[in-house]
Amino acid sequence: MQSKNRTALFPYVIWIALFVIAPIALVLYYSMLDLSGNFTLENYKNFFSAIYLKMTFTSFWYAFLITFFTLLIAYPTAYLLTKTKHKQLWLMLIIIPSWINLLLKTYAFIGIFGLYGPINAFIEVFGFDPQQILFTDFSFIFVSVYIFIPFMIIPIFNSLDKLNPSLVFAARDLGASSWTTFRRVVFPLTIDGVKSGIQVTFIPALSLFMITRLIAGNQVITLGTAIEQQFLVSQNWGMGSTIAVFLIVFMVLTMMVTGQKKKGGRV
Amino acid sequence: MNKLSAASKGYLVLVFIVLYAPIFYLIFYSFNSGGNMNDFESFTLEHYKAVFEDTRLLVILINTVLIALLSGLIATIIGTLGAIGIVSMKDKKLRNTFLSLNNVLIVSPDVVIGASFLILFTMIGVKLGFTSVLVSHIAFSVPIVVLMVLPKLLEMNTSLIDAARDLGATKRDVLMRVILPYIAPGIFAGFFMAITYSLDDFAVTFFVTGNGFSTLSVEIYSMARAGITLTINAISGLVFLVTVLVVIGYYFVNNRTKARMGESK
Repeated sequence: MQSKNRTALFPYVIWIALFVIAPIALVLYYSMLDLSGNFTLENYKNFFSAIYLKMTFTSFWYAFLITFFTLLIAYPTAYLLTKTKHKQLWLMLIIIPSWINLLLKTYAFIGIFGLYGPINAFIEVFGFDPQQILFTDFSFIFVSVYIFIPFMIIPIFNSLDKLNPSLVFAARDLGASSWTTFRRVVFPLTIDGVKSGIQVTFIPALSLFMITRLIAGNQVITLGTAIEQQFLVSQNWGMGSTIAVFLIVFMVLTMMVTGQKKKGGRV
Repeated sequence: MNKLSAASKGYLVLVFIVLYAPIFYLIFYSFNSGGNMNDFESFTLEHYKAVFEDTRLLVILINTVLIALLSGLIATIIGTLGAIGIVSMKDKKLRNTFLSLNNVLIVSPDVVIGASFLILFTMIGVKLGFTSVLVSHIAFSVPIVVLMVLPKLLEMNTSLIDAARDLGATKRDVLMRVILPYIAPGIFAGFFMAITYSLDDFAVTFFVTGNGFSTLSVEIYSMARAGITLTINAISGLVFLVTVLVVIGYYFVNNRTKARMGESK
């Protein structure tokens, strides 16, 4: 049995070595190289300069706002979905938009938010002048929230769905108001879903670069945009890797904060 | 169950409208004979015709599907074997290490994956293009397959294997006729997810694609950067159609297997 399973594991172990361990090691290695390939800690020093610290801060701020608004919209939606008849069908309908290519959805907003687009046409009905909505913080956050909503709804829906309804009935019978029931019973019991939702929103939100380029012009620069810039435009792989190292660190920290206690079971 | 209030229904309807509006907006203007997404002049199919007449675009489309299917298939094989290997590990610590390593690529930001793969391919001298894109897609799909197959393996009763062994089945038979049929739904789900991830990926592909090779996402990105082209709208119409067909097909197959499983029980 054992030897058989070793051979089964072989391609998988190669995969881990080549595509999990090696890339991280390479990013670490490159982060300590300068443009001509000499060993240096200059990149790390640069990262702690005012420009990069400010960029990191704004990146976090945007990621926070995006996550916050996504959660604000997704939680009630997931909650109400569990109350509908045919809830699996409705959930399916929420998931379908997430399968349409990300680029296409983002592209749609170039038209919608455009100077002559429907939103501005709507504004004009009320006698206001058309506004440039594209290339603003608002459009960036709006489109990102739009993109992340289904990914936030799914884990929250699943944890709400698993919630035993008799707990809610018990709370109500014991005299708790619906708000207290929600705050003291429902929300704490679905916190794991919320945490996974935050994980799948916050980390990608830190590293978005496609939406920033298409929707925010060059107004918004996130950590992701900076990495893309360093790797593909400036060709400064060292600095790009350094930012990537910090992004990995932030990712690990986010995972630790939103980490879930292991429950029983065989794994 | 208590009925939803009007306000709750209104909220849900609003969320659905916001989620679908951009998609239908794109599809609506794909039939516009005017060249923009603001004034609808008259109905036309010229943009769809343009998609099918553009050989470059068609090649890109074929490449995208080919990459998705191939990477999905290979990732499913590696992932399924990996999951079987992980489950049969006796050492708990080792097993947990593997599980953590497995999740690294799932939680890593796309940009970091893309950048690190770019370094990797450059270091080992893989030419950027079809191969590098295919290999990267396999690489980021493997952990998803593992995660889809694992629960099925874990819920499997180990006495099934013991029984098969006692009845004289060889290791090969146990794998082919007991384990694999049992975990098949997980394998299909993994394959399906792998394809979805591959079709949807932009950031990783963007880093490792090099010149001369492109997938649909990357192509749309460069088209969208240049401004509004209704060809993209026509592509959205086609993508939406295919997505809906796949969803219906997936549900049909899923329900049928469920019904069959019900019968056999």
